[in-house]
Amino acid sequence: MNEGEKDPGLYDFAPYRGRKPFVWPGDKKVAVWISPNLEFYEIDPPANPHRKSWAMPHPDVVRQSHRDHANRVSHWRMAEVMSKHGFPGSVSLSVALCQHHPNVVEDANQRGWEFFSHGIYNTRYSYGMDEAQERAIIEDSIKTVRDATGQTIRGWLAPALTHTPRTLDLIAEYGLDYTCDLYHDDQPQRVKTKTGDLISMPYSLEVNDHYGFFVYNMSPREYADTLIRQYERLAAEPSGTVMCIPLHSYLIGQPHRIGPFEDVLKHIAADAGHGGRAWITRSGDIADAWRAIHTKEA
Amino acid sequence: MSLDPEYLEYPKRGLGYDHGLFPYSVMEERKPLAWPEGKSVATWMVVSLEWFPITPESSPFKAPGHMQTAYPDYRHYTAREYGTRVGFYRLLDAFAKADVKVSVAANAAIAQRYPSVIRDIVDAGHEIIAHSSDMNGTIASTLPVEEERKLITESIAILSDVAGVKPRGWHSIARQQSFATMDLLKEAGIEYCCDWVNDELPYAFNNGVVNIPLNHELSDRQIINVQQQSADSYAQQMLDAHDWLSAEAKVHGGRMLPMHLTPYIIGLPYRMDAFETLLGDLKAREGTWFARGCDILDQFRSQM
Repeated sequence: MNEGEKDPGLYDFAPYRGRKPFVWPGDKKVAVWISPNLEFYEIDPPANPHRKSWAMPHPDVVRQSHRDHANRVSHWRMAEVMSKHGFPGSVSLSVALCQHHPNVVEDANQRGWEFFSHGIYNTRYSYGMDEAQERAIIEDSIKTVRDATGQTIRGWLAPALTHTPRTLDLIAEYGLDYTCDLYHDDQPQRVKTKTGDLISMPYSLEVNDHYGFFVYNMSPREYADTLIRQYERLAAEPSGTVMCIPLHSYLIGQPHRIGPFEDVLKHIAADAGHGGRAWITRSGDIADAWRAIHTKEA
Repeated sequence: MSLDPEYLEYPKRGLGYDHGLFPYSVMEERKPLAWPEGKSVATWMVVSLEWFPITPESSPFKAPGHMQTAYPDYRHYTAREYGTRVGFYRLLDAFAKADVKVSVAANAAIAQRYPSVIRDIVDAGHEIIAHSSDMNGTIASTLPVEEERKLITESIAILSDVAGVKPRGWHSIARQQSFATMDLLKEAGIEYCCDWVNDELPYAFNNGVVNIPLNHELSDRQIINVQQQSADSYAQQMLDAHDWLSAEAKVHGGRMLPMHLTPYIIGLPYRMDAFETLLGDLKAREGTWFARGCDILDQFRSQM
């Protein structure tokens, strides 16, 4: 990025109007991917000078144990519903989960889910890191996920969405090919980096379950209705859109929410067969398909 | 700019948790629990009965629901009192009508100030859970351990004296504890707490005290007060949860639906009809086992 400048220089302006429609594999109009956050939150993390981890003195019992619900209960509830309706996950992973609860990572891997890095812990922030420190967490992420799953990570969602001005250049240099940290478009776009070939993968804060429930204060059924409206709109627009559903099992996997959410998956899955509009897929597959189409054109 | 090198060191990065409070365990992999008479969902209501001094304290932290305006905050002081005088009696009547026994997490101040309320609870067969002194009695790691010990033992003693029976359970204000709390509860003879929300069934801490998770997401405070949803939506969410848990129970064994209630929230006139209808709907569901915390604890203990 252009550090210190008014325009960070992340990408070229490209208005939505006038773009050439294209189809996803199988002649589908909208690529749908689900991004479960598989996270580990430390109970007593060290302090980062730029951001506090927990609102309460440690242990912040409610906030920390709420998130731990994912690794004891709700991961499986969420994952079962996804598998039942044919949705793989593209996991935003606190890579230390590979050490703390390898069973959760193994479950996701066996379901055919893709992994990208969400930092070491969601309680360790990148703010204030120097270049060597940031390289260390990228290298740690690549090695940890490879050792635990055999997969080589391709994407990055900054830990707790904390960045430095170098992050995008560094992940591109290490060969990662998509970032989930930019929210400027409903289609993948090229990102300007010093080296490498990085694209922005449409993720979403707006329909993230955390925003749905705690920013917009939606009921479970209102959130389900929101996802269906988001899907219907993106499927109806000129072909080649992306819809991401970012989830936290400790939120969507609560017993009052999972039923309405399952109705969303049924709705989208019913539009994914022959002649349907939905390509239910993973983030890496979207990156590959987008590159295949746009490299041919270029 | 760079961070202290220790920020990139992870001495507790290994199998299991980064603390020694309780072991890691996956709910699905445990021996299934069976509730009495083959019931599928233990439906556990916990009413918080609290007294808010008009002189709020913010150390270790200010309790949720506490005074908000400059002194004297008549509006919040009296609105909370409304819950104890009026709303709570609406709830007691609703429980009697539905023939449901519940747990009441009471501040010791309720016993000191309004002992007749405690007798009404006990006479109706409800359980008393110790819930600190009053709403200035918050706990966190910044509270000296000696003060925390005193807060816990005195609260239990006052409630025991008025109720005529010693509470078996403990509920911290806002569920917030210090690293010492579980051991102090053990020392005070408490058998279970309902502060940690990381599970949906009881589990034991390493020191033997059981945690019965009282889901904060399913509380009237969270849904109605924080998220500003209607009582009808709240009721629907409870029924949706109950339906889901009933279906899971067929495969995985007994499930639990914790319903945390606040008299000054759910006990308002315009919300009570929806709540009474919800009680009736829950009662009509075949799998419902209305249970108090102590009943769930006894079942859990007898099956472990």
